[in-house]
Amino acid sequence: MEGTIPLTYFIAVSAILFTMGALGVLIRRNALIVFMSIELMLNAANLAFVAFARAYDVLSGQIFVFFVMTVAAAEVAVGLALIVAIFRSKHSIDVDQMSSLKG
Amino acid sequence: MNSMLILFIVLAAAAVLSALGLLLSRSAIYAALFLVLNFACVAIFYLILGAPFIALTQITVYAGAIMVLFLFVIMLLGAEKLPGTKAIPWQCPLAIGLSAVLLVEAGFLFFQRLQSSVNLSQPDIQVNSMESIRTLAVMLFNEYLLPFEITSILLLVAMVGAIVLTKQEKGAAG
Repeated sequence: MEGTIPLTYFIAVSAILFTMGALGVLIRRNALIVFMSIELMLNAANLAFVAFARAYDVLSGQIFVFFVMTVAAAEVAVGLALIVAIFRSKHSIDVDQMSSLKG
Repeated sequence: MNSMLILFIVLAAAAVLSALGLLLSRSAIYAALFLVLNFACVAIFYLILGAPFIALTQITVYAGAIMVLFLFVIMLLGAEKLPGTKAIPWQCPLAIGLSAVLLVEAGFLFFQRLQSSVNLSQPDIQVNSMESIRTLAVMLFNEYLLPFEITSILLLVAMVGAIVLTKQEKGAAG
């Protein structure tokens, strides 16, 4: 297999995936799916990092992706624990239900 | 139209369609499985871009650990098909409009600033070899040693936090 792919194509895919993640955060009410959309956005950012790292021949981009993955793992662990705790008290993970502080 | 480009277009279509599936699926389980497919597509993108170690980390950490955690919580809560509450009526169109604005903005900035002449050739055998992983490791453990240690503390804090949050206190009503 041979050939070249313009860098802009990767960036375009990354931008589309990021936008879809943002859209998912905005339109879905299920807290778990909101979380998955956040993962999608982090993943899109990672893709842009790796594409730029390849285009400009620096490895720092790849190193950064490691750190983003670590932060994502930590975020998921704490976030899912929060969702479980909220489900225990409210028996729902609908983000509209979490309005106890509303006046 | 070369073969790499065809591969790229097929993968990009799969990635975007699986993201769309994540957005539209009613059941949380299906959404999680669509997300696994998306992660797999992105892992193949990483291979095309000559980052084999990142690709494998993507599979093991994201598709392996994180998604298993998600599926575990979905099954634990029995939350795969929760009845949705009424959304605010104007919210969905507004969200779609704002996302379109975001996409146009991001696209404009990227394509205006990017030199469109940069072409990514197929990674040669040198890039997808042990040597590139060794270079990565040397860089990670020399230049980026302090951030690396800080992430270990971050993971420890996350672990303790998850345990504290889900622990049932003895004697408490919760």
